[in-house]
Amino acid sequence: MPKLLPLIEHAVKKPVWDCRMCGQCVLHSTGMTCPMTCPKTLRNGPCGGVREDGNCEVKPEMRCVWVKAEQRSHSPANPHHWEEEFNDLRPPVDNRLQGTSSWVNLVTKRDRRTPAGWQGLSREQHSAVPGASMVEVDEVASLPIGFHS
Amino acid sequence: MSRLSELLACSERPVVTAEFPSIDGGGLEELEKAADELRPFVDAVNATDNPSAHAHASNTSVAIGMMQFGLEPIMQVVCRDKNRIAMQADVIGASLFGVENVACLTGDDVTAGDEPEARRVFDLDSTQLIKVASGLAEGHYLSGRAIKQPPALFVGAVENPFAPPLDYRVLRALKKAEAGARFLQLQIGYYPERLEAFVRGCVEAGLTSTTALIPTVVLTKSAKALSFMDKSVPGISIPADMIARVAGAGDKDAIAEESYQLTLELSRHALSLPGVSGIHLTDFRHDGSLERLVRDLGIGPAFDPMATVAGTTTG
Ligand code: SF4
Repeated sequence: MPKLLPLIEHAVKKPVWDCRMCGQCVLHSTGMTCPMTCPKTLRNGPCGGVREDGNCEVKPEMRCVWVKAEQRSHSPANPHHWEEEFNDLRPPVDNRLQGTSSWVNLVTKRDRRTPAGWQGLSREQHSAVPGASMVEVDEVASLPIGFHS
Repeated sequence: MSRLSELLACSERPVVTAEFPSIDGGGLEELEKAADELRPFVDAVNATDNPSAHAHASNTSVAIGMMQFGLEPIMQVVCRDKNRIAMQADVIGASLFGVENVACLTGDDVTAGDEPEARRVFDLDSTQLIKVASGLAEGHYLSGRAIKQPPALFVGAVENPFAPPLDYRVLRALKKAEAGARFLQLQIGYYPERLEAFVRGCVEAGLTSTTALIPTVVLTKSAKALSFMDKSVPGISIPADMIARVAGAGDKDAIAEESYQLTLELSRHALSLPGVSGIHLTDFRHDGSLERLVRDLGIGPAFDPMATVAGTTTG
């Protein structure tokens, strides 16, 4: 089943949202518009290049993903909190999750895991936080200089 | 603390920043020439990062070079060409030489440049980069690995009040401020009413208490230059009647003069807005108009009796 899930998820989400299987789905906070379909894969709002007509800088024939997302985020069909979440600061993509099932990652909270520095902590502080064992500390980084190059 | 941050903190006068020309060769003399032209009139200067997706001498090298010639750099970092590791390395590396001001940008797409076949990176977006750069100054990389002697950084960004979705631009600026941006240079724009609405929105939202707003104006010589920007530069749109006003001014000299007057008007308007902390100048004329503009506006170090010339820090 775990192997099948990404396939099923893609089969469902690709036709509707053009899902790119980033494995850390934020659709509900982006007006059900997938930010990974933005040619610059921006996750925190539109770039400065949006055209006067609201179309994309890179693909002039396409509506800017974030113009669409912003409009849809106000849709009365959505639960109320989704509109507020639109302004959340979304963390950098974890590229290791590409191709995995965001449904699984949601349940396991794997999609919430961010580097310690993103939470404003150095690793030492971070390991003192309860539940911080979720974060993998890359011991290789503390090996002697030049060791792993 | 960078001079720019000090000037903005004391807010006694509007700051003047400018765009440094792209450097491709000619050694440090080329850099020195450009620095000499700007030094008397500006407080800090942007070292661009492959603008319009064209390769040039790098942001780090130009920022460091500027300092040798007494100019305070604002090092732009764009997300298009490098991943998170390389961008952090650039900021930390430049900081070794004293580069403190960092402006985080998304970057024009590769299709805007002369190598559209290049791979686009965008591993971070500009808002994430602001937070990551601010983290470096707090003493850790994104991973959490500690930096024992963290660099002093003054982190800022760019926002475009003129591009859709217009209603959302203030919120996006706020998000950048919350991520750690202490200044926002604003995109070139020819809609004064949009600038006004944006600045008002930022003031009302309390953004200007943490983050300085610096609108941009461009010095051009011809209606052709305006049409080019309107058609070819991502995110810039110019009302047709403004282009027509310049085009219809008469002969070449009259057109150049009308272009200048348009820039002067836009600058005066921008500086008149409560919440605006200075102005950013892009000079495509290189005919002494930049000096004329700061004189006509009466701003910048040249008109500040207390100021030393740009970058020659007093300690
Ligand atoms: S214009 Fe919109 S869709 Fe296109 S690159 Fe910019 S943010 Fe993405």
